[in-house]
Amino acid sequence: MSDVDFDTVLEKYEPAIGLEVHVELNTATKMFCGCANEFGSEPNTNTCPVCLGLPGSLPSINGRAVESAIRLGLALNCDIAQWCRMARKNYFYPDMTKNFQTSQYDEPIAFDGWVELDVDGETYRVEIERAHMEEDAGKSVHAGTSGRIHDASYSLMDYNRAGVPLIEIVTRPITGAGEKAPAVARAYVAHLRELVKALDISDARMEQGSLRCDANVSIAPLGAAGLGTRTETKNVNSLRSVERAVRYEIVRQAEVLESGQPVVQETRHFHESTGTTSSGRPKSDADDYRYFAEPDLLPIAPSREWVEELRATLPEPPAQRRARLQTDWGFSDIDFLGIVSAGALGLVEETVAAGATPATARKWWVSELSRRANESGVELDELAITPAQVAAVQALVDQGIVNDKLARQVIDGVLAGEGEPAEVVERRGLVVVSDTGALSAAVDEAIAANPGVADKIRDGKVQAAGALIGQVMKAMKGQADAAKVRELILEKLAG
Amino acid sequence: MLITKSAAELGRLIAAREASSVEVTTAFLDRIDELNPTLNAFLHVDREGALAAARAIDERIAAGEQMGPLAGVPIGVKDNFCTVDMPTTCGSRMLEGWVPPYDSTVVRRLREAGLVIVGKTNMDEFAMGSSTETSAFGPSRNPWDTDRIPGGSGGGSSAAVAAHLVPLALGSDTGGSIRQPAAVTGTVGIKPTYGGVSRYGVVAMASSLDQPGPCARTVTDAALLHEVIAGHDDMDATSLDLDHSGLVDAAATDDLTGLRVGIVDEFRGEGYDEGVMARFDEAVRRLEALGAEVVTISCPAFTYALPAYYLIQPAELSSNLARFDGMRYGLRAGDDGTRSAEEVMSLSREAGFGKEAKRRIIIGTYALSAGYADQYYGQAQKVRTLIIEDFRAAFERCDVLVSPTTPTTAFRIGERVADPMAMYMADLCTIPSNLAGNASASFPIGLSDDGLPVGLQVIAPTMEDTRLYRVGGALERDLEAEWGGSLLDRAPEAKGE
Repeated sequence: MSDVDFDTVLEKYEPAIGLEVHVELNTATKMFCGCANEFGSEPNTNTCPVCLGLPGSLPSINGRAVESAIRLGLALNCDIAQWCRMARKNYFYPDMTKNFQTSQYDEPIAFDGWVELDVDGETYRVEIERAHMEEDAGKSVHAGTSGRIHDASYSLMDYNRAGVPLIEIVTRPITGAGEKAPAVARAYVAHLRELVKALDISDARMEQGSLRCDANVSIAPLGAAGLGTRTETKNVNSLRSVERAVRYEIVRQAEVLESGQPVVQETRHFHESTGTTSSGRPKSDADDYRYFAEPDLLPIAPSREWVEELRATLPEPPAQRRARLQTDWGFSDIDFLGIVSAGALGLVEETVAAGATPATARKWWVSELSRRANESGVELDELAITPAQVAAVQALVDQGIVNDKLARQVIDGVLAGEGEPAEVVERRGLVVVSDTGALSAAVDEAIAANPGVADKIRDGKVQAAGALIGQVMKAMKGQADAAKVRELILEKLAG
Repeated sequence: MLITKSAAELGRLIAAREASSVEVTTAFLDRIDELNPTLNAFLHVDREGALAAARAIDERIAAGEQMGPLAGVPIGVKDNFCTVDMPTTCGSRMLEGWVPPYDSTVVRRLREAGLVIVGKTNMDEFAMGSSTETSAFGPSRNPWDTDRIPGGSGGGSSAAVAAHLVPLALGSDTGGSIRQPAAVTGTVGIKPTYGGVSRYGVVAMASSLDQPGPCARTVTDAALLHEVIAGHDDMDATSLDLDHSGLVDAAATDDLTGLRVGIVDEFRGEGYDEGVMARFDEAVRRLEALGAEVVTISCPAFTYALPAYYLIQPAELSSNLARFDGMRYGLRAGDDGTRSAEEVMSLSREAGFGKEAKRRIIIGTYALSAGYADQYYGQAQKVRTLIIEDFRAAFERCDVLVSPTTPTTAFRIGERVADPMAMYMADLCTIPSNLAGNASASFPIGLSDDGLPVGLQVIAPTMEDTRLYRVGGALERDLEAEWGGSLLDRAPEAKGE
């Protein structure tokens, strides 16, 4: 990718992005049977004749899944179908127990919505084409050296995931974002993730696959009518990957076009380690799934009363929530934007709710914890520390039990799985020493070792005390109460 | 002789401890041993299991437990109903030896009501056929003439009931698979309103058309069995919540005064045997004599029912049968360690499905394909709507519709095997009820000139299954008074090989 760079590409081409996001619902049971919807169980333990697609079995729809789909549809400003049906998508694959997926085709439960995203202070509107219900497939485990199908000696199937309820949300092509296209794609997925969590309909854990994103990318010469040939990149399993995959595809497609070749319509796989995509299977618009309305299920006709009842359960719309929180917390636009850009809004909110002041909550998440998330390449909310624990750390500071520097070590301990902040303080012995006896000896030593500095202080140059405080802190391994040390130094050297 | 008694009578004898379920069951098992080698009505007989179930019922009755009217009565179950204790093959190599890990809802209800399941009856492969000739395990034979077909797909059940191998059997009707076998064997077959009897655990052919129902020798027996198996089931989303308690009572009515009977004008003329039409016309006159008012009603869309059915049914089954791929159960072919999953799936389907199954899978796949779906599947669905509309209009003018159940009597084995269209014509009159979901039945009304049974089809509006029993019961008593007993008494004595 050395010969073409992203900015140069955007001088000639306009990218169009289409995102398909699959959200696994957190319903107690599966979409069409009573099996537990649980991640991480022993393989093939959450199964029954229905999700195994045994001959004679029939589906019964999970009402809670329909409710979740309607609530998400409403939160995405969609229309909710008065009447719709499930449909069969027919194709053969060992992870599909019936060799068809029960999905929706031309009658999605929710359609024609939109969301607004803030990206670097600018607002982008993304149009939602549809959100529809479907079931997940089982999981193939390929036994072999690489864990991939081509060199596997055999494959095993785990059908625990077969029949887990999914909602697929499809955007209309996002155009006009130019060089912001990758960031808009990321912001969209981040927004969806925040939304489904706020709705409490999914765990939305990208690393566990409960929120999965396929990114359609195409580019067309600036000013051209219509869209270019698209590719569909799969396996995009983190927010950072969404941005990288879109950016990579824009540049790759430009290189292909610049070399005089056409872009091939195909699925591509994203590789986390290299940030690149590779060719998957060719995909044409003529893929024939022989859809037809699922005859084993009744049409879904949500009453308008029910839809309105569900609308009343929606969480506050994101823009309204941001405005309210900024006012409540009294942050400047810049400070508040810092929280939003860091993806820390919900975390700060929960930390404040757990007792911290907005300023301290912001400080921990936006500077200290964001840096650590970056260093370890994870999302902020994937760090092994909860807002309640952050609030507890701040409380320790406020109580004078630790200082700022020690507080960082407490956070280290929590992140390392050493327990709650108070336990870390205890185990690591991090308590600030403010006991006069212990400090007094250290202060005496420092005075004796630095007679010149001591003389200056005696002469009234109080600011020189800083050097001695530093000595004491060093001797006490940072665990001294700095204010107390200063007090002692001045007392001992007072005229 | 115990085996010629009705299920109702056997139930009474067992409840009164005048006969034990073990005696009754043994009598039928012996009859099966004698005749099944000739008739091939049963694919699997579970003598030990049946006798154990019979003993358990006898003990409960001896202990004073009040059980239902069919407790202790033997029954045969079509081989597409899942049974945990017997193979469920659907007449296909694909499922040869497959024992399901669960009971179908209907089978569970049979067991709860104390019926004794003696075995699984033969059928056309995955219920595709009108003669049992597509069964991978050979055709069943008609007790009236063993060179002839006993109908299909449920020919094993109809042959078993007609030859007194069991007093009752279960069937499933997608385009006539209960009614056509009943007509050609002189027995009673009921296709309940779609949704009246749970489909859960019945291996699907065409989901929007399949409906389980009873096969019996008498109308009252069919009603008794219907009341046992009907009722809402949470496991079948298309199941209806209806009151089925009035069926047995309806079968006891003798008077049809005020009942408006409509003759379907489209179901007569060319292709209909003279003998069949003669019995049909007599039956209509008989209904009139019993007090019914008869009118002729035209249902023009019925002319298109057969072509529409042969698009919708293959389309649905092409999807329903996709799961048979050798990956999880059933036949697996060609898995020699070098082939991909896709190749093994393909080889398994090649080896496991018979010719008719493949024909319909190909037709259905084509009918749903992009570019053709609107023209075939879509058009067929429109015809279906027109047929529903014809029924609605017809039932404004009458309470039930009647027609011959089949245009001809039982044809010879082998006669139509090479001509699918001729085979499909056997269901010409029965298909509209499946497309519209109506309750529908076939009752024996005599013998044609060739000495073979003829059936009268009665069609009631959806959820009006009681009307079938009212007409069937009155007609049966009137005919049997004239015949001096059951039509089956006139069948040649079936002999073992």
